[in-house]
Amino acid sequence: MVGSILPLRLEAAAVRRGGNRLVGPVDIEIGAEGVTVVIGPNGSGKTSLLRLMHGLERAAEGRVRWAAPRTEARTRQAYVFQNPILMRRHVVGNIAYPLLVHGVRRAEARRRAVDWAEKVGLGEALERAASSLSGGERQKLALARALIRRPEILFLDEPCANLDGRATREIEAILAAARDSGTRIVMTTHDMGQARRLATEVFFLLRGRVREAASGRGALERLATPEARAFLNGDILE
Amino acid sequence: MNEILEGLVQAARLVATLDRDLIEIAARSLRVTVTAVVIASALGMPLGAWLAVNRFRWRRHVIAVTNALMGLPPVVVGLVVYLLLSRSGPFGVLDLLFTPTAMIIAQVIIATPLVASITHQAIRELWADYHDLLISIHTTKSQRVRALLWDGRRALLTAALAGFGRAIGEVGAIMIVGGNIDHATRVLTTAIALETGRGNLSLALGLGFVLIALAIVVNVLVHTLSRTERASQW
Repeated sequence: MVGSILPLRLEAAAVRRGGNRLVGPVDIEIGAEGVTVVIGPNGSGKTSLLRLMHGLERAAEGRVRWAAPRTEARTRQAYVFQNPILMRRHVVGNIAYPLLVHGVRRAEARRRAVDWAEKVGLGEALERAASSLSGGERQKLALARALIRRPEILFLDEPCANLDGRATREIEAILAAARDSGTRIVMTTHDMGQARRLATEVFFLLRGRVREAASGRGALERLATPEARAFLNGDILE
Repeated sequence: MNEILEGLVQAARLVATLDRDLIEIAARSLRVTVTAVVIASALGMPLGAWLAVNRFRWRRHVIAVTNALMGLPPVVVGLVVYLLLSRSGPFGVLDLLFTPTAMIIAQVIIATPLVASITHQAIRELWADYHDLLISIHTTKSQRVRALLWDGRRALLTAALAGFGRAIGEVGAIMIVGGNIDHATRVLTTAIALETGRGNLSLALGLGFVLIALAIVVNVLVHTLSRTERASQW
């Protein structure tokens, strides 16, 4: 039995760039189940926090600790970027790539990529250049590519930004299915409706620090600090 | 103006009659250049990609030197290769001077920096796009380089064709190390130089037109085979 890489603990972790502290110090724990949604105004450090957890940013201060060795933890997580990074390949080649990198034979990787493409609704676009996809299709491709190795934890940075209602609903359905099959989800969003629909835990970030956290059903409504309430009411925070 | 027209007529006549000397010289030009470009690509493309992906202390200097070497004077390259391959040189024992192999060596030295530099430029831009994804997927450095080379293959084709263009039109270096020996090391460019020296300008011009046509045919052929302009392809 392979042990879990979770919980993920951030211990006084901070991200610095050019002498400025973008995030931190942050002390949080990401447990084994559920959907964590990070909210906060633009520039509050949501993306940097996500990148720090995933290992795309180094902790300038404090520590990021996984329950498993770092190398193992890195291979059992995935990240979906706000603007999906598409490889210059067709759809099936994009989805199969993480499998090829981790030693899966080409035929098997293609079979599983086709399977995932169909799951996310890209079954008709297998041989299309990824660059020709619409915004929603690109996000679905990125999700399929992230989920194909069945990560234990999936980070998503604004997965539905700029998508229409239908595409958003389809993406949320894919995320719900991933959650139900045991993938831990940590995501940022500006869409409070989406946060209400998906979150079992909410972190409210302001000026790089977690100002408030709430968990359980209706987590968003439990946020009580004046800043969090002002943010939820649509006030402009700096 | 008359000489240009005569050159065109000469070129047409040489091609139409399948002139044996022309076929031999053109085939040798192609063989030497294509071999040199293949070797230069095998050396320059991984080097360019490696420079794009890796960070090390003297990286900027290495890139600057590689870029500077694009302007390497062919005559100097020819002279250095000549000295290395001459009987008194360190590789004289190989007896390569005045052979097509010596010409290939000179062309490889001339084309490799060009291929490496264009590759570096193309791969650097692709690496900026791919960086976060390839780090996120937990790829090794060699996997990154392979992915970048594969996905950037159309830009690399441009690098290879630039190398081909530089090599096929080169005359200084291969004249020195090849010697322009009839039926042995004569190629289109050295033949043009020879005929010009003899005052046979229309034949020299005719050979020049054949050389230009050859370069265009190779470029079109490569682009067609690689389907660079096909819709829905990158």
